Amino acid sequence: MQAIPSAGDLLRVTESGLYCERGDFYVDPWRRVPRAIITHAHADHARAGCDRYLCAAEGKLVLRARIGGAAPIDTLRRGERVSLNGVAVSLHPAGHLLGSAQVRIEHGGTTWVVTGDYKLHHDPTCAAFEPVRCDVFVTESTFGLPVYRWQSPAAIAAEINAWWRANRDAGRTSVILAYALGKAQRLAALVDPSIGPIVAHGAVMKIVEAYRASGVRLPPIDRVPPRARRVGNGRALVIAPPSVLGSSWLKLFGESSVAMASGWMTLRGVRRRRGFERGFAVSDHADFPGLLTAIEATGARRVLATHGFSDALSRYLRETRGLDASVLATRFAGEAAPDAAAAEDDGVGDDERAGDEREADA
Amino acid sequence: MKAFTDLYWRLDGTTSTTEKVAALRDYFAAAPHADAACALGVLSGGRQVRAVSTGQLREWAAEATGFPGWLVEECYAHVGDLAETLALVLPEPAAPEAAADLGLAEVMQTTIRGLRGSDDAHKRQVVTAVWKRLEPRERIVWHKLLTGGLRVGVSRTLVARALADLAGIDQAEMAHRLMGAPPADAAGFARLLAAGADAADSRRPYPFFLASALDRTAVEHVAEDLGDVSAWQAEWKWDGMRAQLVRRGVDVTLWSRGEELVNDAFPEIVAAGRPLPSGTVLDGELLAVRDGRLLPFAMLSKRASRKQATKKVLGEVPCVFVAYDLLEHGGTDLRERPLADRRRLLGSLVGGPFTDFLHGGSATTGRLFLSPVVRAGSWADLSAHRAESRGRGVEGLMLKRLASPYAVGRSRGDWWKWKVEPLEIDAVILYAQAGHGRRAGLHSDYTLGLWHEGALVTVAKAYSGLTDAEIVEVDRIVRATTLERHGPVRICRPTLVMQLAFEGVSLSTRHKSGVAVRFPRIVRWRRDKEPADAGTLADLKRMIPADG
Repeated sequence: MQAIPSAGDLLRVTESGLYCERGDFYVDPWRRVPRAIITHAHADHARAGCDRYLCAAEGKLVLRARIGGAAPIDTLRRGERVSLNGVAVSLHPAGHLLGSAQVRIEHGGTTWVVTGDYKLHHDPTCAAFEPVRCDVFVTESTFGLPVYRWQSPAAIAAEINAWWRANRDAGRTSVILAYALGKAQRLAALVDPSIGPIVAHGAVMKIVEAYRASGVRLPPIDRVPPRARRVGNGRALVIAPPSVLGSSWLKLFGESSVAMASGWMTLRGVRRRRGFERGFAVSDHADFPGLLTAIEATGARRVLATHGFSDALSRYLRETRGLDASVLATRFAGEAAPDAAAAEDDGVGDDERAGDEREADA
Repeated sequence: MKAFTDLYWRLDGTTSTTEKVAALRDYFAAAPHADAACALGVLSGGRQVRAVSTGQLREWAAEATGFPGWLVEECYAHVGDLAETLALVLPEPAAPEAAADLGLAEVMQTTIRGLRGSDDAHKRQVVTAVWKRLEPRERIVWHKLLTGGLRVGVSRTLVARALADLAGIDQAEMAHRLMGAPPADAAGFARLLAAGADAADSRRPYPFFLASALDRTAVEHVAEDLGDVSAWQAEWKWDGMRAQLVRRGVDVTLWSRGEELVNDAFPEIVAAGRPLPSGTVLDGELLAVRDGRLLPFAMLSKRASRKQATKKVLGEVPCVFVAYDLLEHGGTDLRERPLADRRRLLGSLVGGPFTDFLHGGSATTGRLFLSPVVRAGSWADLSAHRAESRGRGVEGLMLKRLASPYAVGRSRGDWWKWKVEPLEIDAVILYAQAGHGRRAGLHSDYTLGLWHEGALVTVAKAYSGLTDAEIVEVDRIVRATTLERHGPVRICRPTLVMQLAFEGVSLSTRHKSGVAVRFPRIVRWRRDKEPADAGTLADLKRMIPADG
């Protein structure tokens, strides 16, 4: 089992994040650095304050909406190569959300791919995950246990539609909680808009606009008007970030049924602990079979797992696939989760990652 | 199985009692009576059959999935519920809709009770065949039935309310009909619902009336809340097992509070009940007594856990029945009569007060005694008696309104527990383990230690007492301070100090520390204290009563 850094590694973990010394750039740094390649715009991957950014072309508007400011954002089209100090870098769709990318890094005959977050299931709001051949695959492992196996998007859609329809027929508003960036837009595209009107929280609408400006087709969505009374007359599907839970904002809708959309909703204990009436196990991360499929498709002999169940996944890969697999320790490991709270505040973080940090082990 | 599965998840998905009652009523209205009888047995929480060990299930599931055993264990540690873990890791059933939906009674008979006594190869064949037929949500329920671990968040009261509603009878009447063994078959369930059915079962006990803990325990508050002391009857709160002794026709039956028939575990009490006139029902407490001294609760509990009392146990842990109340006399239900009347009649049926027996001052040698009344002219007098509790081996006082009927369940107002204040010590969390159910995946079960010769030694395991937010915070600290992991248990660097409350301490050879604490629980997180400020084992040992 090899850990990072070892002699000759193209990437290593520093205090600021995953660093390529040869190319002098960081991937998803957690501190301000001169040059940051961003896999996607969730708060735990994209920090404001870097001097210069590089991301996938489709993700530029979303990233700007997240980090604000005026720092230059360079972009790459799918598969387009750029040389950073002699290191070849290209970006490939990760299927996590609009503009999410895997970073391919090649130098001296060795290729690394850093996935950021990814999923294999179909998502109409972003390009599908692209398998990229490499020697070293740095993969997320948020849901790296076999209890996590998602239903097909069609089955999930049917479940959500049935819940919405039943609520509508009973005159109850359906409120579905999801991160404002990515999950919310995917849900809007997933449900059947003929059931009733779709309305969304302001934090969701801000991203909906960025998605539309980037060319993503979404059904009509109305912003919840401030102080509106009885919005949607008990017929609407309301999409809002989890931070509204327990706030007076939810009272706008009169009688309602509140559901959470998250991969963690697979588990009854989590759903009960967090007091949701209903949970839909819909995730933008890869499930366990998805992780295995993705890893196999890369042909990589060496795998570094990060986030969530990295221990279990890497041991499983070593024992059953004979791969050189180990844990890539990140700053999330063993620490408290300040970002989980922050992410909930503005609703654009990755709430599943908040769960991940709870699960993270030293 | 689908209907029962739907019921399980409907009950699981709500905290509203109205919704729970509606779910139960809907299920019982639609289910075939044979299934309904089965479901009632399961919901009543009676002793369940464990057809297959959890070890076998894990092993077969690992084989069926192709995952190594450690990965299944890792999943279990994360999920916190074995039935759910296995349901999720097993492959999706090929075509669940194509498989015929069997009724609960048939499922229980063919795949659970039917497995008892069969060999492992056959059990395995049945289990793996069922896995291929059920969806994950059905599997969870079935796994729980299979391992005898199904718990549903509904009280007997709610079940009684739903069935009373369905039968169109009074809820108290239904609660009484539900006492004792649940109906064994379709005919039994039909009788339960039948109009005008009487409680003809000669063995049937009455629903227990339970006391509530006083909200405010300071003597001036008790005086303020309960009023004139002369309206109350005070008794010692004995630390035994509540039970009902039913003598009717040719039968004598002894029932635990969990409504289990415990005749075989306490044959000497059953024998002592035989001379009572037919049509007598006593409510009381089973206590273990030898040579005029109360034995620790642990010994009684150990005896009760055996289905059959051996001669050796009868000699080592002899028991008595201390009667509190008379529920039926001459075949007449007395529960609506005031306590004062019931008590007078009770005195004419059973022997002398138990305390006289304890002090050897009475010639009484039987096994049935009267729970003595603690006489006092004022709340202050009673409070002084209460302060003697620990020395007497009792948990405090019971306060019952003399005019009170014998009600059903835990209805507040007439019967109160005035327990002695718990003992307390500050202890340090040494190990933590993830909880189950709502606390699955959160480290909420703690092992705590005290100082002894410069090191911390474990003295108690404790669960409750912290708020949900505190549990989440402690969980984070546990993860961040983990030194070693042994399966689901984490050994932590000592940083967390908790105020631990408990009912008593006794010497024990079974515990490494040499002491056992009774009913330990965490009362608050002492954020203001460092581990060095925690108590010592010597402090704890000083709390052991002189004769204990």
